[in-house]
Amino acid sequence: MYRILLFSIMLAAQVSSSKCDSSSSSSGGSGSSAAQNVLPVVVNGGPTNSALNQLFASVTLCAPGTSNCQTISGILVDTGSVGLRVLSSALTTVQLPQQTGAGGAPVVECLPFVDGFTWGPVQTADVKMTGETASSIAVQVVGLDKFPTIPSSCSSQGTAEETLNDLNANGILGVGLFREDCGLGCALTGSSNPGLYYTCPSSGCVITTEPVASQVQNPVSHFAVNNNGVVIQLPTVPTGGAASTSGTLLFGIGTQSNNGLGSAKVFTLDNRANFATVFNGQTYTSSFIDSGSNGIFFLDSAGAGLPDCKNSMGFYCPTTLTPLSATQRGLNGTTNAVAFNAGNVDRVNATFSVLAEATGANPGGFDWGLPFFFGRTVFVAIAGQSTPGGTGPFWAY
Amino acid sequence: MTRTTLVAIAAIAFSTLPSHASASLGGNVATVDADRVQMKAAQLRIIRANAYTLHELQSPTGVTIREYYAPGGTVFGVAWNGPWPPDMRQLLGSYFEQFQRANEAARSTRKTRGVLVVNDGSLIVQITGHARAFSGFAYAPGLLPQGVAPGVIR
Repeated sequence: MYRILLFSIMLAAQVSSSKCDSSSSSSGGSGSSAAQNVLPVVVNGGPTNSALNQLFASVTLCAPGTSNCQTISGILVDTGSVGLRVLSSALTTVQLPQQTGAGGAPVVECLPFVDGFTWGPVQTADVKMTGETASSIAVQVVGLDKFPTIPSSCSSQGTAEETLNDLNANGILGVGLFREDCGLGCALTGSSNPGLYYTCPSSGCVITTEPVASQVQNPVSHFAVNNNGVVIQLPTVPTGGAASTSGTLLFGIGTQSNNGLGSAKVFTLDNRANFATVFNGQTYTSSFIDSGSNGIFFLDSAGAGLPDCKNSMGFYCPTTLTPLSATQRGLNGTTNAVAFNAGNVDRVNATFSVLAEATGANPGGFDWGLPFFFGRTVFVAIAGQSTPGGTGPFWAY
Repeated sequence: MTRTTLVAIAAIAFSTLPSHASASLGGNVATVDADRVQMKAAQLRIIRANAYTLHELQSPTGVTIREYYAPGGTVFGVAWNGPWPPDMRQLLGSYFEQFQRANEAARSTRKTRGVLVVNDGSLIVQITGHARAFSGFAYAPGLLPQGVAPGVIR
């Protein structure tokens, strides 16, 4: 009962809607002045008041070309995915037009994440953040209310993430390395199509081909000027954690006075958009930076010499703060040694939502999650977009 | 395990190796041609080690799948790497629903996000990656042949 009550209160508090008039949104038309590319972001408990190391922002969605808009807070800022996804339970006051495919049937997407997949219709919106607008782009509305039957080819990918409790966020703002979430593969016919997009006539959902331009888009790549990537700036976090912290998400790289690369090192990526991390003399090539991961994840308990937590599943829980170092290496040979700490996640104050020393297992490589962003300015350049540091994709800091 | 203990069989067109196909975790190599067809996967190579045999496949979507067979023919581990996840139901077989249940149970705790760790004692699954880059592995500790460390399943 208490849980349900609390959940309802948080939901009501976090989902605020507003009718934005056309005069206020027109100020973002050029998108070229510095102040217009700065979006405040927070690391806090989020819509469920239970998040750890999750970065949140507010995003406004409008029916295309209209002033019918809703601003939704508690959207996860995720440099590890591409495209805007919002929970249908959070998108309450605006109706967005449904994208249609073959035979006029609605297009629905099954997008795999590491933790599970999101299923829901592809709809069209004007996406507004601070002074920037991405006009008439495809977004995913996540939920089972309109298309309740998940096709088996989708559910075979793992576990559905359809609710606030699943995502621990009202949506996901994917501002990662690509312009769209799938790319050419989803536009192909035959077995090389990974099967992310479906048309769902009343007879049932079938996998469809989806042109690249119709796929769920990285909103940033549709901004007028600041469209080649993003910059995330977060402050240093004290050892032991903090209740919350705040920073900024800047749009564009080297397009304004506030988003220049300066002395940042550029790390180019391999054909899987990974770089390498060297730890204890071993090189791990499937390594990456991801604001949507809530810790620094590497090796396993035996390999890292760190005990697994009893309660905080997947995290390490050393009895004392353990200093570590690993070297990141780009495909271009750029290297940088990164010092970080492993702390005891089970013992962190339960009301804290920020913990720099959150580490855990990931035998596949190094996943440099949100703790890596604390105290840094991190640049994420979109593939195929030119920047003063070269053409994306790359990470820089 | 060292490379010198392995005997790599050359990457021969899979049509010449009808009995070497893919199977679900816990399944048996003798019954699996249908499974490989289901995944429309091509056989890349077969590697024989002392205590197991590894079949490496590639799906048409570019996912490399590795399946580890015990000498008796039982699949004790699977691993994958590619731009998309594999068909997990196919790959985990009778363990798929156990994977889903364990995954859903884990959501009620303060847990990792961005990596997936499932460990309920009889099934271990780990998944990592980001947009257009997924990798992971799964194994059943109870099926591991004697002398094989779980770390070989990658």
